[in-house]
Amino acid sequence: MILKAAPALAIAVLIGPILCGLGVTILPAFGYFPALGGNEFSLDPWRQLFATPGLLRSCLISLATGLVTTLLALAVVAGFVAGWSHTRMFRAIQHLVSPLLSVPHAAAAFGLAFLFMPSGWLVRLFSPWPSGFERPPDWLIIHDPLGIAMMAGLFAKELPFLMLVTLAAMPQANPRPGSMIATGLGYGRTAGFLFAVWPSIYPQIRLAVFAVIAYASSVVDVALILGPTNPAPLAVRLVSWMNDPDLTVRFKASAGAVLQLGITATCLLIWVAGEKLFSIIFARIRSSGRRFDKDQAVRIGFSVLMIATAGAVFAGLFILALWSFSGFWPFPKAFPDELTFNTWQRQLPGIGQPLTTTILVGIAATIFALALALGCLEREARTGRTGGNRALALIYIPLIVPQASFVFGLQLFFLSVGLHASLYALILVHLVFVLPYVFLSLSDPWRAWDTRYAQAARTLGASRNSVFWQIRAPMLLRPILVASAVGFAVSIGQYLPTLLVGAGRWPTITTEAVALASSGDRRVIGVYAFIQMLLPFIGFAAATLVPALLFMRRRDMRAGS
Amino acid sequence: MLRWIYSGLLTAVIFAVAGTFSPQSAFTEDLSDWKAVEQKAKGQTVYFNAWGGAQNINDYIAWVADELDKRHDITVVHVKLDDTANAVATVVAEKAAGTDEGGSIDLIWINGENFASMKRQNLLLSPGWAEKLPNWKYVDHESKPTIQTDFTIPVEGLESPWGMAKMVFFHDTARGIEMPDSFAQLVEWTKEHNGRFSYPAPPDFIGSSFLKQALSESVADPSVLLEPVDEATFSEVTAPLFDQLDAMHPNLWRGGRTFPKNKEALRRMLADNEIDIAFAFSPAEASNAIANKELPDSVRSFVFSGGTLGNTHFVAIPYNASASHGALVLANFLLSPEAQLRKQDPVIWGDPTVLAMEKLHADKRASFEALDLGIATLGPADLGPTLHEPHASWMTRIEEEWIRRYGVAN
Repeated sequence: MILKAAPALAIAVLIGPILCGLGVTILPAFGYFPALGGNEFSLDPWRQLFATPGLLRSCLISLATGLVTTLLALAVVAGFVAGWSHTRMFRAIQHLVSPLLSVPHAAAAFGLAFLFMPSGWLVRLFSPWPSGFERPPDWLIIHDPLGIAMMAGLFAKELPFLMLVTLAAMPQANPRPGSMIATGLGYGRTAGFLFAVWPSIYPQIRLAVFAVIAYASSVVDVALILGPTNPAPLAVRLVSWMNDPDLTVRFKASAGAVLQLGITATCLLIWVAGEKLFSIIFARIRSSGRRFDKDQAVRIGFSVLMIATAGAVFAGLFILALWSFSGFWPFPKAFPDELTFNTWQRQLPGIGQPLTTTILVGIAATIFALALALGCLEREARTGRTGGNRALALIYIPLIVPQASFVFGLQLFFLSVGLHASLYALILVHLVFVLPYVFLSLSDPWRAWDTRYAQAARTLGASRNSVFWQIRAPMLLRPILVASAVGFAVSIGQYLPTLLVGAGRWPTITTEAVALASSGDRRVIGVYAFIQMLLPFIGFAAATLVPALLFMRRRDMRAGS
Repeated sequence: MLRWIYSGLLTAVIFAVAGTFSPQSAFTEDLSDWKAVEQKAKGQTVYFNAWGGAQNINDYIAWVADELDKRHDITVVHVKLDDTANAVATVVAEKAAGTDEGGSIDLIWINGENFASMKRQNLLLSPGWAEKLPNWKYVDHESKPTIQTDFTIPVEGLESPWGMAKMVFFHDTARGIEMPDSFAQLVEWTKEHNGRFSYPAPPDFIGSSFLKQALSESVADPSVLLEPVDEATFSEVTAPLFDQLDAMHPNLWRGGRTFPKNKEALRRMLADNEIDIAFAFSPAEASNAIANKELPDSVRSFVFSGGTLGNTHFVAIPYNASASHGALVLANFLLSPEAQLRKQDPVIWGDPTVLAMEKLHADKRASFEALDLGIATLGPADLGPTLHEPHASWMTRIEEEWIRRYGVAN
């Protein structure tokens, strides 16, 4: 039976390429890579690495970014969901925030930069009156040494992601009765939800939180656009060493890649320790009996944070779009002198081919990932074996291992099996990154499904297959579609693997956007960011609309909407 | 769909074929029989790996691709790079995997450090072929020494010249600010115009070029720069440079606490009135930006009267190229008076030609002379003397030293 092979196949997809890639990363980190003249093992790469100026600071920035952005984004999501779920306001903000998930990180970061930089739109709006600025003020806002701008940019992007996974987990936590009882006992809305419902939501979204930590601690594109420059976070420096024309620097880069692995692991360990500490404090507060019933200010605070964040990203994207239609647009004018289609006319002819590749690879990788993930989960449901923590650790690997480190190895691997620069290799490498996200988004809602539905159906004579196709899959349609949309978005965002494994023969919207982003021309960036943002948006719109349409007359199937 | 099946099959065939040949075969084609080369090139697909960050250049390459398809039945695919080092890395990876034939890159747009690195590691098609191309006869290698010496490294025909580059500065004349005429004057200028100048952080190409310009002007004996760095005298030779940088940095944009990423960022900062001086390595940069509505039409170019850095950029063929014949035909076409004329046209690209005017036919020469270079472009006579690029090792050491001193905030 095919189902039997699903877990093994999934593991092969996840682990095979990564082991090859990692091997080719770790060997040169210890001096061994004959093609570059490293014929014996040594610790020289590590000595070179630790002699790099500002290395400690780069590591600390990476570490802090991973932890701070995740903590803030999670706190705001928890606070907002607790304070506002099942209100009209909640639905309004949910609809405001959800589309942001489909905005690629780079586009959002560019938008925020265009908005907040000293020559950006906000300053223009208030110049020359009332600010008095004839020229942009010489303020160090973007690229600040502490990385606050970068953390803010990541926060704005992780917020909708955590919001969406929380929403997907909500129906299984069945929040209504719990929070109603808590409110009935005199607890404030926020505290009641956090005490009664949050503990059954968090375990479901924990894996997604870990992915956010790993991502934020090793991000490259956002760090390039908003992050500190001297020194840059570790991952950015790593990629620049990887690209150094002096190829002996690759040894140091490989050692750095192993260090990045360690930084990300440290972030996760600190987080897990923090979870323990937090649950002790949380239990204390909960058993103190305080009701926190005057939470109006806190509730308003959280909703303002949500609206402000979403508003800033939208305003940034609007500015990006405006730039794509502008002629010369000098400071301090708040609007361009002339609007023109020139930029679009120049860019459109070149877009067809990359667009086709992007969509094709995204859909193929998502379909394979979905089939594998569903196969594994269904197999697990039928055998009752969850595969335990070891299987989970495998799923984590593509999310934890920084891309920059093992993709170079992957390129060598594909070369040696003759798949270099082929569409199959490209889909496979996308699958490596898409599968974990699909699996992570899907597994918790899937496992939290009430199996008594299946028992009832089996008692009525339904086969296992018809339970799957007619009951479980339709009931879990929303998480399935959300997982697919996430997978598609992940595929669209892939830059480094597409560039290296596709050998430039399969340009996508993202590789073209990053190549053109180096032109610094805001109008061209605007065009590509717009298309980059549109594609995943279509995916998420489908994930929202399809269940809404299908279940229009079946209220209980619409849980969580 | 057919295309993917085709490319899959092609890959399989290439690898099957590659397996049956002995690796590392030297290139033995006789280029004097050019017709035969063109014959073998027919039907080939040439993957041209070239930086893809500028629309005008991408458009020019698209025109080249059309012409090669029409004239020689060669398909040219522009693989747009954001960093040429990625292409070098690909060839390294292919060599490591034993792909000595059927590599994924046929032609690379290259010079300087990347060329030095590929030459050192024998990653280029050899023996030298560039001087045997039919159109080499037009090339001005006599009065443009950088065509045969790329950043002090002998070219030896391993790459074919494509265009010339020279450092030019530009500013907005509408602001009515007096411009400096040397690096030393620039340092003084920043004292009066606080926060109105910056340069891209090395190892960005333009940022490093600015440092080399400053080094060339501040060093006591310029001849030491033509030799590799001597560690014993490095700090003595560079002391004047770093003293002046130390003096200048607090007066830079953002107090020298962060630096722009590249020349495009610099241009954007000039347009936004964040700074007063920008610079680039292409004389037509400012005119192009004006035509593209990225800069106001009051912007003009200038150079230092004591000279600015200049060099040549090239195309090279990796040793394991799949379509080396097609790549040769493409390299030869890029040198043709027609392609060079179009490239120098500022409406198209504005990149100065590598050809010698006196070697061309009278009508072609007239066409070159008739080009309107654009309102902000200095003509060949106004570009001033050319300072030689220092030996590539200087760039590496200066970058390291810069990062050690300024790359880490306190």
